[in-house]
Amino acid sequence: MFETLRQSLKTGVVTTSYPTTPAEVSSRARGRPEIDWEQWKDARPAAAVCPTGAIEFVDEPTGRTVSRNVTLDLGKCIFCGLCADVDPAIRMTNVCELAACLRDELRHTAQYRLNDDGTHHRLLEAPGKPETLETVGRQLRASIQSVLGRSLHIRQVDAGSCNGCEMEIHGLNSPVYDIERFGIHFVVSPRHADMLLVTGPVTRNMELALRKTHDATPEPRLVVAVGACGCSGGIFGRNYATCGGVDSVIPVDVYIPGCPPNPHALLHGILLAIGRLPPNAPRRNDSDAQRIKHALA
Amino acid sequence: MNLLPSLRSILEELTQRFGTQLQHAPAPQPDELYLHAPPELAGALCSTFYKKYHGRLAAVFAEDARAAEHAFFVYYLYALDAAHGFVLVRVPIPADKPEMNSVTDAVPAANWQEREIQDLFGIKLFGHPNPRRCVLHDDWPEVYPLRKDFDLHTKLPPFTGVRHKFREVEGEGVFQVPVGPVHAGIIEPGHFLFSVAGEPVLYLQLRMFYAHKGVEKLFENLPIPHCVRLAESISGDSSFAHAIAFCHAVERAAGIEAPARARALRTLCLELERLYNHVGDIGAICTDVGFVTAHMHAMRLKERVLRVNEELTGNRLLRGMACLGGVRFDFDADQLRALVTFVDDFEKEFNDLVELIRCNSGTRERLETTGVLTPQIARDLGIVGIAGRASGFDHDLRREFPHDFYDQVRFTVPFFTEGDVQRRMVVRREELFQSFGIIRQVVGKLPAGPIQTKIGEVPPDCVALGFVEGWRGEIFHWIHTAPGNRLARCKVKDPSLQNWPALSEAIMGNIVPDFPVVNKSFNLSYSGTDR
Ligand code: SF4
Repeated sequence: MFETLRQSLKTGVVTTSYPTTPAEVSSRARGRPEIDWEQWKDARPAAAVCPTGAIEFVDEPTGRTVSRNVTLDLGKCIFCGLCADVDPAIRMTNVCELAACLRDELRHTAQYRLNDDGTHHRLLEAPGKPETLETVGRQLRASIQSVLGRSLHIRQVDAGSCNGCEMEIHGLNSPVYDIERFGIHFVVSPRHADMLLVTGPVTRNMELALRKTHDATPEPRLVVAVGACGCSGGIFGRNYATCGGVDSVIPVDVYIPGCPPNPHALLHGILLAIGRLPPNAPRRNDSDAQRIKHALA
Repeated sequence: MNLLPSLRSILEELTQRFGTQLQHAPAPQPDELYLHAPPELAGALCSTFYKKYHGRLAAVFAEDARAAEHAFFVYYLYALDAAHGFVLVRVPIPADKPEMNSVTDAVPAANWQEREIQDLFGIKLFGHPNPRRCVLHDDWPEVYPLRKDFDLHTKLPPFTGVRHKFREVEGEGVFQVPVGPVHAGIIEPGHFLFSVAGEPVLYLQLRMFYAHKGVEKLFENLPIPHCVRLAESISGDSSFAHAIAFCHAVERAAGIEAPARARALRTLCLELERLYNHVGDIGAICTDVGFVTAHMHAMRLKERVLRVNEELTGNRLLRGMACLGGVRFDFDADQLRALVTFVDDFEKEFNDLVELIRCNSGTRERLETTGVLTPQIARDLGIVGIAGRASGFDHDLRREFPHDFYDQVRFTVPFFTEGDVQRRMVVRREELFQSFGIIRQVVGKLPAGPIQTKIGEVPPDCVALGFVEGWRGEIFHWIHTAPGNRLARCKVKDPSLQNWPALSEAIMGNIVPDFPVVNKSFNLSYSGTDR
C-alpha cells in the first residue's frame, strides 16, 4: 500500500491537456501528406509506389486535350511516406488530426491538363471542399449532440482490424490521454452505448456481428469509423473476405484516418462527433485548399 | 548453395532409409533443406523429424501448382533447432483427386493448419480428428480462395445463415457460456464457448478467423515492395517483426543481405517492439486480477516507448521503417544518445513497477498456479514464444537462428517449467531486462555504413523462408516468387496460430473469472491467426 502511494505521488500528473494545447507529436511523425498542387508535374511515380491506392488518377478526354484527375484519399492513406520519397512536390507533415464527418472530405481531387509525355501541367481545378449534404449533416448532428454531448458511452467493435487501432484506442484509457476526463467511457455492451467505435475493413466473418451490434445500440447513436481500414478498407480494400470499410455495412457519422490513428487523432474524432472540439482546435485539411484557391484567384 | 553439414548428415540418413522415394531439391540458403516426397511418406517423415531429430512442425501449408505441375503441393516445415536448420518436405497432391491424409493424430501441432488447407484449397482431409471448417465460417459457399482460379475480388453471394455447431458438453449442472465475437473489452474478435459446472471450466471451444482478411491471397496480387506494407498490417502489435520476416524471405530469395548497420537498426526496432508489448502485457495481467494501479503505470511506460518509436521512425508502431534490403531511416547520433538515455530512465521506472507488483502479494497469489500449461502439452501442441518458454520449451530464434544483429550481442533466454500465468509474466519481465542490455550493446557497437542494399526485381520461381523472433514468438514467412516482381505464394505463420489451442488446455479446471487473465497472459493476436 505504501509503495503504491509513494509511486503515485512520485509520478504526479501525466495527463495531457489536449485538445486545449496542441497534440504532442514528434516533428518526425508522419501524418498527412501535403501535395504542392500547383507545382505538381507528374502523378505517376507517387501513384506507383502508393501501396493502398491513396494516390490515384483517371484520365478523361476533354475535346482535343486530355485532362487528368488526381485524387489523394486520406481515407486510404497509411502515412507511409513512400510518395514523398519519390516526389519532391509531396511532403509529409506531422498533422494527425484528420477526422471528417463526410467521406468525401477526405478525398482531394485536382484536375490537370495532360502532356503528351505523360506529365501534367497547369492546374485546371484545385481540390475544393465538398459542400454537399454538409449543412444537413450538421443540423442532424447538432440534435444528436445535444443528447449525447455531455457524457458519452462508447462500445468498441473490432470488425477485423490488425489490432493496431485497438492498441491506440487502449491508449485513450491510459493516464496520459485519460478520456474519462471528458465524461467519456468505454462500456461493455452495445446496449449501454451511445457510440460505436468501429475498426477494421469489416471482414465477411464479422459483417453479421457488426450489423447485430449496430441494431443492439439504442438510438440516437453515433458510428465512428477508425483507421484507414475502417474508412476505406485500407490496404486490404474490398476483397472476397472484406467489405471494404465500415460504411459499406452501416452508416458512419465520423471518419478518423490513420494507420493507426494515434490517441490524439482518436480523441479529435470522437470530440468532433459529439461537437465538443474547442473552437480553437486545429482544423482539418483546409490549408491546401485555401492556399490554392488564393493562388488561383 | 552448400547445405549445412548438420543438414547434410540428416539428408544422408534419410536417403539411406527412404531411398529414391525422397528427392533433394536445391535451395538458395544453406540452412533450408528441401525434400520432395510422395504423399504416402508424409506421415512417416513427420514422425521421424518429430521423434528422431526433435524437430518441431513449424508450419503446414499448401500451394496451387496445378498450372505448371498439375498438382497441389503441401509443405511441412520442420524447425530442427539442434541442427540449426529448417527442413521443408514437399508433397504433391494430384489436381484431379485433391485429398490428403492428416498428420494431426501423430503431431497435434498440425491441427488448425491442416483444416486451413482444406478450407482454402479444397484439399479433403482424411483421418483428422475434427475436420470442420475454420477459416471460412460455416455460412460460406463452396469456394477455395487460395486456388489460382479464384479471383481476389470475387463477390460472394450473401450469407445463408448456417450456424456453427459446437460440440455438446452434457452432464448434470453443466452450462454453456458463449462469449464474443464482440467482447466486453477493447479486444479483437473471436468466439469462446465455455462449458462450465459451477465456476470451473470443463471445456473451452474456440472459434476464430473472424478477422480473416484474405491476406495471403492479397500477397499474390501486389508487387513485392507493396507487400512489405501489407506484412506490417498482419498483426499491428508485431508490425515490425512481420515486416522484417517478410523482408528476410525476399532477401534470401534474391540472395542479398541487408548491410550491417541496417541489421543493427532492425534489431533495435525489434527490441523496442518487445519493450512496449511486454510492459503493456504486464500491466494488463495486473489489471485482470484487480491491480489497476500497476496497469496505469505500465500504460504510462508503454506510451513512453511508443513516443520514442515515433521520434525514431516516424510511427508509433514502427510502421514504414522496414524495407527490402534494409531499413528506411537512419538514426543519427542525437537520436541514439536519446535512445540510451531513455533506456536508462525506462529501466529505473520499470524497476519501480516490478517492485510495485512484488509488494502486492495478492497479485502473486492470483497468478501462481493459475492457467497452467504443462510442458508435455506445450510440446505436443508445438507452443512457441513466451508461452513456450514459460512451459519448459527453452527456445528462442534469436539464439538458435540468430538473425539480424543477434549474433553480435549477448543475452540470456529466461525459461521456466511451471507454465502458469505468473511465469508467463516473469518471462516477459526478464526479457525486458535482457532487451535493455541488447539495446545498449547494439548502440555501443553500431556499425557505420549504408542502411540499404539495393534490391532489383526479385528473380521468379525462387523459394525462401524468412523468420524473426517477434516479441510473442517465432514468425515465419515463406515465399515463392513469380515473374514481374510478384509472389506466387506467401505463407504467413504467426505464433498465435500455433498457440491458441494452448488456451483451451490452460483454462481447463480454472474458474471462469480467471479466463481474462489467462487469456491476457498468452496475449495472442487474432488478426495474426486469422489473416
Ligand atoms: S503516404 Fe499515403 S499517399 Fe503517400 S504513398 Fe503512403 S499511403 Fe500512399
